[in-house]
Amino acid sequence: MAVAARPPRRLINRIAGRHPVGVAFAAPYMIFLVVIYAYPIILAIYMSFHDYFFAAPGAHVDRPFIGLDNYITAFEDPAFRRALFNVVVFLVINVPLTVGLALVLASALNTALPFRTFFRASYYLPYVTASVALIGVWLWLFNSDGLVNAIIGEAGPDPTWLVNRFWAMPIIALFATWKQLGFYVLVYLAALQNVPQELYDAAAVDGAGKLRSFQHVTVPGVRSATTLVIILATIVGANFFTEPYLLTGGGGPNGASISPVLLMYQEGIEQNKPGYAAAIGVILAIGVVVVSLVNRFLLERD
Amino acid sequence: MAETIQADDVVDPVAADEAEPRAHQPELRAPGESWKRVGFLTCLTAGALVFLFPFYYMIVGALQTEPNPDVSGAFPDPSNLTLDNFADINTALNLPRALLNSGIFTAGVILGTLVIGLLAGYALAQLEFRGRGVVFSAMLIVLIVPFQLLMIPLYVMIVRWYGLADTHLGMILPFAVNATAVFVFRQFFMQIPKDVFDAARIDGASELQILMRVAIPISKPALLTAVLVTFIGPWNEFLWPFLITKETDMQPLAVALANYISNVAARAANPFGAILAGATVLAIPAVVLFLAFQRKFVQAHLGSSVK
Repeated sequence: MAVAARPPRRLINRIAGRHPVGVAFAAPYMIFLVVIYAYPIILAIYMSFHDYFFAAPGAHVDRPFIGLDNYITAFEDPAFRRALFNVVVFLVINVPLTVGLALVLASALNTALPFRTFFRASYYLPYVTASVALIGVWLWLFNSDGLVNAIIGEAGPDPTWLVNRFWAMPIIALFATWKQLGFYVLVYLAALQNVPQELYDAAAVDGAGKLRSFQHVTVPGVRSATTLVIILATIVGANFFTEPYLLTGGGGPNGASISPVLLMYQEGIEQNKPGYAAAIGVILAIGVVVVSLVNRFLLERD
Repeated sequence: MAETIQADDVVDPVAADEAEPRAHQPELRAPGESWKRVGFLTCLTAGALVFLFPFYYMIVGALQTEPNPDVSGAFPDPSNLTLDNFADINTALNLPRALLNSGIFTAGVILGTLVIGLLAGYALAQLEFRGRGVVFSAMLIVLIVPFQLLMIPLYVMIVRWYGLADTHLGMILPFAVNATAVFVFRQFFMQIPKDVFDAARIDGASELQILMRVAIPISKPALLTAVLVTFIGPWNEFLWPFLITKETDMQPLAVALANYISNVAARAANPFGAILAGATVLAIPAVVLFLAFQRKFVQAHLGSSVK
C-alpha cells in the first residue's frame, strides 16, 4: 500500500496521473478507435459534401465542394426513398415481434424449467450462426418449389415469396427477427435478474395471476432494457445488407427490397459515387440517433 | 445511450460465470395449473423446434442426392443420402482455401483483441492515468456506431489509400479490437483486488512485468470468454470482406459461399445440395464452439449488456 498511497510528486505523474504507463497500455486501443472510428466518421462527413469519386492511383483529381447536393440527390432518388420506406417496413415488423417474443421467452426461460439449457440454446443458435449459411436454408425453404409452398400448396403468393414485391420485405424482416432474437432474449434475461422477487411476491399476495404480474411487474421492471432492445433493433434495421443482397437477389424484385446499405454499395462502390454513398450513410446515422432519442424519451419519461 | 450501459450495472462475467440466472420460485399451484404448465411447455417446445428446424433442414438438404423440397424431403431417406454435395462445394469454392482465409481473418481479429484489448482492459481497470475516462467513454460509444457510417470511408482508406484490397490485413483492421472483449477484460480486472498488483509493485516489478507475470496468468477465464465473443464476429462477417476481396483466393468462406449462391449456383446440377453443404461447413465451427461453451457465451453477453 505504501506505493499506492504515495502522493504524485514527479512531473510525469502530474501530467499523466499516478500510473503514467496506463497511457501507454491504452494507447494502441485509442489509436485503433481514432483510425477506425473517429477519422472515418469525419471523412464520411467530408466526402458527403464533395463530389468524391475514385480515380486511378496517383492521379491528381479535383473533387469540388458541392454543399448539400449529395443530400438533395438522396432525397430526390426514388431508390433511396424506397430504401427508407423498406427500413420502416422492416422496423414495423421486426421491433414489435422482437420486443414481444424476446420478453416473453426471457420470462419463460427465467423460471424453473426442465431442459432450460436446451431451450436457451435453441433460441440462441441462429444468433451465433453466419447469415450467409442461414440464408442458404431460407432460400431453399421459400423457393417457388420449396418446402413452405409444398406445405401450404396453392395458398402461397404468386409470384412466390422472395420474388414478390409485397412479400420480399416481410420475409427479410422475419428472417432478421429469427436470427437476432436470441441476443435480445439475453438482454432481457440480464434485466430480469434485477427485478426484485419481492415485487412478484407482493403481486401474488394481492392475488395477481401470472399474466397480471407479467404486465404489472415484469414489463415496467425491464423498461430500460426495452429501450436498449429498441435502439439496438433500430440500428440493425438501418444496417441490413446481407438479406436483400442474397435472400432477395440484390434487393429484388426490381428494387422492392432495396436497403440503404445495399444502395450505398451499389452507388458508392459499383457506380463510383462514394460521396453520394457517404451522404446516405450520414443521413442514416442521424436518423438512427434521432429515432433512438425519441424512443428513449417516449419510453423513459415519468 | 451511453448512460444506459453503466459500468457498475454490469454483472461481473467471471463471478457470474458459475451462477445460473436466478429463477423465480415456482409458486404453489392450484389443481388446474398443471394443465397450464403443460400448455406452456408445449408452446416453448414448439417454438424451440421452429427455431431449430432450419438447422436440421440444412443438414438434411446437404446430404440429399436429389434435392427433395417436398414434405417427405424433410425426413432423411436412406436411399437418397450422399456426401457428394460436400465434394461439389469443395471443388466449386476451393473449400480449404476459403476456410484458411476465414481462419486467418478470425485469428487476426482474436490476436488483436487479446493483445490490444487486454492491455486496454487492464489499464482501464487497474491503472490511474489521465484520459482514462475518455478511453472508457469512447469504448462505449463505438458499441453503437452504425457500420453504415464507416463503410464507405473505411473502404476509401483501406482499399484506395493503403492498397489493402485482397489482403488479410485489410479484412482484419476494422475489426482488430472487439469492444465487447475489452469490456470483458475490464470487468475481470475490476474484481481483482488492487493489493494483488500493489504487492508486485512494492517488489519492484514494472507494470509490463506485472501484466505478464501476474495479470495474464490469472485471467484465463476472461481470455476464453473474450475469444468466444470475438470469434463469431469475423467468422460470420460478410459485408466487409465482401467489399474488399475481388480475388477468389482471398475470400473467406462466407464471401465465397455468397458468391456461389448469387453467381454459380444456377449452373450447378444440385445447387441447393452444394449450397447447404457449404452452409453446414460455415455454420459448424461457430455452432460447435457455442454448444461447447454455452455458459461462457451466455454469461459474457449477460455480463456486457445492461441490467
